[in-house]
Amino acid sequence: MARIGVFVCHCGENISATVDCEKVASVASGFPGVAYSTSYKYMCSDPGQNLVKDAIKEYKLDGVVVAACSPRMHEPTFRRATAEAGLNPYLCEMANLREHCSWVHDKVEATTNKAIDTVRTLVEKVKRNTPLHPIRVPVTKTALVIGGGVAGIQAALDIANTGHKVIMVERDPSIGGHMSQLSETFPTLDCSQCILTPRMVEIAQHPNITLYTYAEIESLEGFIGNFKVKIRKKSKSIDEKACTGCGLCSTKCPTKKISSEFEQHLGKRPAIYVPFPQAVPNKPVIDKENCTYYLKGKCRICEKVCPTKAIRFDQPDEILEVEIGAVVVATGFDVKETDFFPEYGYGKYKDVITGLQFERIASASGPTQGMIRRPSDGEIPKTVVFIKCAGSRDPAKGIEYCSKICCMYTAKHAMLYKHKVHDGNAFVFYMDIRAGGKNYEEFVRRAITEDGAQYIRGRVSKVYEKNGKLIVSGADTLLGSMPVEIEADLVVLATASVASKGAEELAQKLHISYDSYKFFSEAHPKLKPVETNTGGIFLAGACQAPKDIPESVAMASGAAVKVAVLFSNDELTREPIVAEVNRIAPPMYSTCVGCFMCQPVCPYQAIEREQIKDRSGNLIKELARINPGLCQGCGTCVALCRSKSIDLHGYTNNQVLAEVVALLND
Amino acid sequence: MSGISIYKSNSLAGQIHHDLEVSAAKCYQCGKCSAGCPVATEMDYPPSMVLRMLQTENPVLEEKLLRSYSIWMCVTCEMCYGRCPMEIDIPKVMDYLREKSLKENKVNPKAKNIVKFHKAFLDSVNYTGRLSEVGLIADYKLRTFNVVQDVNLVPSMLAKGKLHFIPEMIKDRLKISKIFKKTLHKK
Amino acid sequence: MKIGLYPGCSLKGSSREYNESVNALANAFDITLEEVPDWNCCGATAAHNLNHELSLSLPARILALAEQAGMEMLVIPCAACYSRLTIVQYELNQDEELKKKVSEIIEMPYLGNIKILNVIQFIQQFILEKLPAKIKQPFNYKVACYYGCLLVRPHGILKFDRPEDPLTMDEAMKAVGADSIDWAFKVECCGAGMSVARTDVVGKLSGSIMKDAVDRGAEAIIVACPMCHSNLDMRRPDINKALSEKITTPVLYITQALGLAVGIDPKTLGLHRHFVPVNLPKKEIQTQMEVK
Repeated sequence: MARIGVFVCHCGENISATVDCEKVASVASGFPGVAYSTSYKYMCSDPGQNLVKDAIKEYKLDGVVVAACSPRMHEPTFRRATAEAGLNPYLCEMANLREHCSWVHDKVEATTNKAIDTVRTLVEKVKRNTPLHPIRVPVTKTALVIGGGVAGIQAALDIANTGHKVIMVERDPSIGGHMSQLSETFPTLDCSQCILTPRMVEIAQHPNITLYTYAEIESLEGFIGNFKVKIRKKSKSIDEKACTGCGLCSTKCPTKKISSEFEQHLGKRPAIYVPFPQAVPNKPVIDKENCTYYLKGKCRICEKVCPTKAIRFDQPDEILEVEIGAVVVATGFDVKETDFFPEYGYGKYKDVITGLQFERIASASGPTQGMIRRPSDGEIPKTVVFIKCAGSRDPAKGIEYCSKICCMYTAKHAMLYKHKVHDGNAFVFYMDIRAGGKNYEEFVRRAITEDGAQYIRGRVSKVYEKNGKLIVSGADTLLGSMPVEIEADLVVLATASVASKGAEELAQKLHISYDSYKFFSEAHPKLKPVETNTGGIFLAGACQAPKDIPESVAMASGAAVKVAVLFSNDELTREPIVAEVNRIAPPMYSTCVGCFMCQPVCPYQAIEREQIKDRSGNLIKELARINPGLCQGCGTCVALCRSKSIDLHGYTNNQVLAEVVALLND
Repeated sequence: MSGISIYKSNSLAGQIHHDLEVSAAKCYQCGKCSAGCPVATEMDYPPSMVLRMLQTENPVLEEKLLRSYSIWMCVTCEMCYGRCPMEIDIPKVMDYLREKSLKENKVNPKAKNIVKFHKAFLDSVNYTGRLSEVGLIADYKLRTFNVVQDVNLVPSMLAKGKLHFIPEMIKDRLKISKIFKKTLHKK
Repeated sequence: MKIGLYPGCSLKGSSREYNESVNALANAFDITLEEVPDWNCCGATAAHNLNHELSLSLPARILALAEQAGMEMLVIPCAACYSRLTIVQYELNQDEELKKKVSEIIEMPYLGNIKILNVIQFIQQFILEKLPAKIKQPFNYKVACYYGCLLVRPHGILKFDRPEDPLTMDEAMKAVGADSIDWAFKVECCGAGMSVARTDVVGKLSGSIMKDAVDRGAEAIIVACPMCHSNLDMRRPDINKALSEKITTPVLYITQALGLAVGIDPKTLGLHRHFVPVNLPKKEIQTQMEVK
């Protein structure tokens, strides 16, 4: 005979204002199988929980129903209390009298009756609960960091410094990301590469970090603590062990005029190249799409001049398979290019550039050695117009969000320009100035009051070129929307930050969610910014949403801690609410017929094929088997199985049927 | 979608939202419309100002709008709508304000000639079903008392065969005047 | 091949050379254009400025007449008429009640399913492919193709070409050997209907357009709208006044330019009706027409 305890919570007034809690407890005490029933003002409080624990011991309860708020609020609380009293926690269930009852109905008799019905239903269910035990899975204590920008670097270093192994995969020939392309960073005007490159070197030298550059993720399988990743190391055509990074090959390569991605197409590079002088690793790669040997079978000069014979034209791509326990995704962002803007010339004007291109121009190691020169004729521009919100906050162009960093970097650009061209004019067309970070507001004011950047509130309708000048037509809304026309030498568009190229494909490989802009989704926008909905995969940096360097670094450290927490256990416990395909004695082995219709419908790829063999190794039948490490207990397969061979622990068919019958029998 | 509008029911912005499904609140005053408007410098209130005045739902400003020169100077080149990041149909709003301004007799004195031109144009259409340019100019001169307007063009227009003194009339003229009676000339 | 034609009031009056050149070009390619029977004025700018329902009814009657005449396609050379009819067709197709109301006002059944083509679309669909074979005199001048406002805006409804820096007219001109320049005022307004009431504004706006084209070496401006033509051609004195210089660059309709290229004589194309003489120098073209 069951001995269920019912505990009805007033929840202050949240429940008792609408539901007669005393009555519910009193009626419940008459249900068959209920040994004890009471009500209390705050069940989740210490005394409330003690009420449960004491009752379990005193009345020798073998099941607990706490009729209170939603189990999503306090199921763990009461299950913990139950366990502390010595009863299996899965023998405790919650009846939702708040979100499903008192909060959505008026104070009438029907509401209290509904509460009573709910309690009765749960009592019938709990009578059929069986003790369940958490599932333990081992944890592989190696982390994978995808992306070698500042966020990836921070996360990798933090995880490696906790003593765990890290594998970093970066698809460009060098790590560093966009931060390595910047000239100076706001608000301190630190030289970007100066503060980044020591970290980059640390990555390369850290004993716990294995760095793969010019590599991409081929596939990811498995589950939290137990992933298997396939990494494709694209062929660099270089034997990295033999290469000393002397650079002779790049100097001698005859194909020198390839547009450099690092220089944002403002500079050139050879076919065998290191993207920038401070690259890590400082070893070249051969751009197969532009190398004369790969295109026509001729040249091979690099091979001839290399002192250590490190060139390997026939080097294939290599696929590595590694076991890892956690993934940090730090793939960063891209910026929209100027051809996105019809009213600014569809990208045909050489002197209309993006903010990132301006960074390269201002960079000491850039295509103009840090002198502000315009791309068309190399002249020093005397009037520069900066246009903010180019693409962002623009539903007509399909980008509704704010790209966050442009207000700050435009103020910085105006400042850098004025520092280098003292008699130049810097105009900034803006709608708003977003400078919320630490020292950010002061930085922008400095650009205006000390460096003389002229801010005009209004947007630019059109930019066109005439006689080597760019005619900018904007408006000054603070002066009655008076049209303003400026003849500029250079126009810098603060273009929208967007998800990096290939983000969607990567998200699908990793089975993580992303939004309509292809930014990766965090598990909860307020409280879980670095986790995804997929266990064991975390986010860091601008791949989640546009953000600046301090935020990316902070987020990366946050993701690293999550990984460290995961790795601080040798085993992971998982909720045992999982589905199971039945197994019975031979010769049937299971009522499962091996149709495997369940396999494709499982959203978590948790269903495998298990081969049942006889002692000689001959195959008898193939049955479906659910991996308890991957199953999330959604119940899809349970509903689908035609032979009803699958059941869900904690929500068995019997239990659910009992609940329905209890509801129908008043 | 609740039936509650964010606008007052009797404000211009509210009527525009209800009748035209154009929402003035969307405008974040970026000024791109005014920047691209070819005649902004001729207007008393450039397009973004017009939107701001509508947003305030202030009767004093609404009156100013209906009495403004802007709405008549607007040439409906659609450049504002073409560039507006919020895709606000400003030309539609201008048409609405013009019609209201005319109905309520609030046409800006400076704009009288422009309105007279439009009226002369439509008179010709009402009478013949098509625009007779001679009729138009004659009518316009009468309305504006500007007899010498474009007089210098007449000889060359005649020589080029571009002026027809006898207006071309369509057969179903009565249908056209019926249409006018049901719309512009409705009592 | 029979296709409907809606000339509009300008093409019958002050812009008759446009009508002449459209018909001449169509004939040269064996296309018969049938005028919509007993068509009325579309209302142009005046109607939509003064009364919404009138501005819907006048174009609706035209479309209803074309539907009655069994026309599946309607070519509208005047950009303003094209704009009005396309927008009205779109607006009425979005709102069944409004469609019924307008149908009652015009006392005619109205479906709204005719395919409307502007002159450039007409050229693209029926002439462009056959053009190279028929070229007698390549139009090898530097030209600035001026689209104006109403061919490309509002883009959401017209869905024609690119709203900034359109290229379809340029392609048509390139097909007859012209050097179509890249310039900045392709879609800027000429001053539109302010021709009479604010001629000074037309002078200023059309002046900026002419200046940019001429500064970049254009020997002729090519247009596809009678209002633009009138403002750039008939109002040249006002342009010259606004710019304080005398500009003699001629303005041709696209149909005239293509007509010249396939050997139609200038008189048939109405070139003698322009205010600014079409004196295209050198080459072997014989357009030495002058107006006394």
